[in-house]
Amino acid sequence: MTIQLKSGAPEGPVETAWARHKFSMKIVNPANKRKYTVIVVGTGLAGAACAATLGELGYNVLNFCFQDSARRAHSIAAQGGINGAKNYQNDGDSIYRLFYDTVKGGDFRARERNVYRLAETSVNIIDQATAQGVPFAREYGGLLDNRSFGGAQVSRTFYARGQTGQQLLIGAYQAHAKMVAAGNITMYARHEMLDVVIKDGDARGIIARDLVTGELKRFVADAVVLATGGYGNVFYLSTNAMGCNVTAAWRAHRKGALFANPCYTQIHPTCIPVSGDYQSKLTLMSESLRNDGRVWVPKHKKDCFDPATGKVGRHPNEIPEEDRDYYLERRYPSFGNLVPRDIASRAAKQVCDEGRGVSYNGRGVYLDFSDAIRRLGKAAVEARYGNLFEMYQRISGTDPYVEPMRIYPAIHYTMGGLWVDYNLMSNVPGLFVLGEANFSDHGANRLGASALMQGLADGYFVAPPCIGGYLAEVKPRPKSTDWPEFAEAEAAAKARIDRLLNVKGKRSVDSFARELGLLMWDKCGMGRTEEGLTEALRRIPEIREEFWKNVSVPGSNTGVNQSLEKAGRVADFLEFAELMCLDALERRESCGGHFREEYQTPDGEAARDDENFQHVSAWEFTGLGQRPVLHKEPLTFDYVHPSQRSYK
Amino acid sequence: MNLTLNIWRQKDGRSAGQFETYQMNDINEHMSFLEMLDVLNDKLESEGKEPVAFEHDCREGICGSCGVMINGAPHGHLPRTTTCQLHMREFKSGDNITIEPFRAGAFPVLRDLVVDRSALDRIVQAGGYVSARTGSAPDANSVPIEKDLADRAFEAAACIGCGACVASCPNAASMLFTGAKITHLGLLPQGQPERYIRVDKMVAQMDKEDFGHCSNYGECTVACPKGISLDVIAQMNRDLLVSQLRGRSTEG
Repeated sequence: MTIQLKSGAPEGPVETAWARHKFSMKIVNPANKRKYTVIVVGTGLAGAACAATLGELGYNVLNFCFQDSARRAHSIAAQGGINGAKNYQNDGDSIYRLFYDTVKGGDFRARERNVYRLAETSVNIIDQATAQGVPFAREYGGLLDNRSFGGAQVSRTFYARGQTGQQLLIGAYQAHAKMVAAGNITMYARHEMLDVVIKDGDARGIIARDLVTGELKRFVADAVVLATGGYGNVFYLSTNAMGCNVTAAWRAHRKGALFANPCYTQIHPTCIPVSGDYQSKLTLMSESLRNDGRVWVPKHKKDCFDPATGKVGRHPNEIPEEDRDYYLERRYPSFGNLVPRDIASRAAKQVCDEGRGVSYNGRGVYLDFSDAIRRLGKAAVEARYGNLFEMYQRISGTDPYVEPMRIYPAIHYTMGGLWVDYNLMSNVPGLFVLGEANFSDHGANRLGASALMQGLADGYFVAPPCIGGYLAEVKPRPKSTDWPEFAEAEAAAKARIDRLLNVKGKRSVDSFARELGLLMWDKCGMGRTEEGLTEALRRIPEIREEFWKNVSVPGSNTGVNQSLEKAGRVADFLEFAELMCLDALERRESCGGHFREEYQTPDGEAARDDENFQHVSAWEFTGLGQRPVLHKEPLTFDYVHPSQRSYK
Repeated sequence: MNLTLNIWRQKDGRSAGQFETYQMNDINEHMSFLEMLDVLNDKLESEGKEPVAFEHDCREGICGSCGVMINGAPHGHLPRTTTCQLHMREFKSGDNITIEPFRAGAFPVLRDLVVDRSALDRIVQAGGYVSARTGSAPDANSVPIEKDLADRAFEAAACIGCGACVASCPNAASMLFTGAKITHLGLLPQGQPERYIRVDKMVAQMDKEDFGHCSNYGECTVACPKGISLDVIAQMNRDLLVSQLRGRSTEG
């Protein structure tokens, strides 16, 4: 098929683009809204906000999540905050500055007009959440407080201690709950989407598995919204929740939706390091800690981890100031410890590669609060970060008030996702993709506190008018789950489940997830090379083959079967991983979170190649094991002109 | 360390359940409790046996998915801790550990350690929100809120909806859960217009579900991984009383 990738973003001044676009779209008359059904998959910030808003407007919404309740989606775990260009601090912030910071932070690989709209909408989100009763942090004068985040020189991050994601999600969940009670949303918790159903070229429904009974069910609609999060768990160890998966996005990709920039993954610099082979996930320590924590490693190898003995030298508290290397402050004096995530992560990897790491296996650096405690007092530090310190102590068994934290980068977020146009619609008409599941706003690197912003912008403010515009165009159409397209999709889903149950091999599902994850971290993680990626592309099909020969999925297709749920997700990761490595191989430049070791500046920074790679890479599925077709959407920058990012 | 696990196994809501015993050897003390169960499940799965079903997701104490009774206490005996945050260093080699699902009439067992907590969602749906239609909000700083009030609202809003309060209560009451939401929204200026309708409707829904009543045992606040205070129940009762004196009805 020939696919023309058109963003559809309006021409003309960026400042008025969204307003003009909204006015140009048709709207559905209030009395007609109930004639339309919209399926929303996912109940995170994007999904819950979108479902609640569509419900308020009067559409008939069917909403799905695999968890036991809409309130559990992984947005809940976001700690640090949400950006909003309110300029409440009078420190020179503006919509334009947030736009500028986000385009630059994304290393000039995001679509300018989408980013401007995101910055523009950010102010409405703060108002909306406050009106819902989200308990943001406040100053003694009663006004909202802000903190700073990486990649910005203004304080524009709103927060609720270290639980900002939880509070924002509960706000959206409550708005959603009201619509469930009103009957405008029908909630299907413990249901996992296994396929999207396409009729006459348009997305018209899904097949979902009831995770309690095992039954496969058909749902028909006028449009389908995927708000199903990112694919960070392809690395097995990540800061994502255990259930996060690529299945919904990957199944849509197999049905024709293009997958854009899958190699753009974000490694968060401050996570608790790996401590053993049994480990199931990594825990993030919020970026906000870098407001007051100082990152360092010892200057001398004798104070570091020694692979020969497996021990670390002097205790960090015994290492005097002159023997410490505050490498972020040294290399990036103007941003210091608040450089963007990709830069902080790579710098940590570099010092550990030099043999100056600390912690178990030498993959760790110190994050030290002793200066902040001396300057502000323990109580002030506790008020800012108390729950994070408690979480750290619980996991590591050491007290960060007394000795530095040990941290190391870990996979945290994925900027790539299904390709969408300015209306957040994929190339499959009627299939909308929101939040982390799409690709559009963060380019090659996301700035801190921008994920919550994008999820809520998409869900509350961007998707509802765009979906309305689409529905007004297509008009109410007949709906039936008896269409042959439903029968086919259901039969395919059933065949796949039967196949998983019938392998009856000897290896656990997790053992494959771990094997794939280690390979991806090694070859497609913080540093990537042509050789490593080629090796990964050879290995992934082998692991996949072994999986289908030797995985053990006990139990049956009826009733709760958590092994079967996991196995389906891992099977999809085993297909998706190949696309990710191929994208990383084909992008012969370094940008943001995608660091190809062959392409770096003399001082070790990412070297972009704007001449050849200033585009979105959107991949078309052509069959498993077949080479996908690459479609390019050129990126133009009318406002923020590409330059080498400098945080020095 | 070596441990003996007695785990509740139950095929589904219609079948009877029973304890089964598993011997676990060489458990690393740095593992989390759920990672220890992962090790067991990995072994069971590779032997073609059905693993123990348990609920979990974020594994950092915030999503509220996990929650089992560990030696009779919801999330185990460590204060202010979810099951996923509990580490094996809290146990001793040779310990016997009994693991059961949260038990309450309103939380039917779905399989093994997995229970249905949707009754808590229905309580929120009954009125646990502030009506603020998307796009209709005034500027966030147009209503200053006293910091102390905002902080107290936050304390109540910290509830993760895990249901430990219900599981710990001899009456299986959900007063702490419901009171937390009523307190969170009722303290804030944004929550005032619906304050009394909210308490009426949420309490009525709580009564419709199979939850018991509060007799001030106070077990819930001890079990709560987020340390929600009993004050929220007092706040709920006060608001309910005011509402009844004002002659509002649950039909509101």
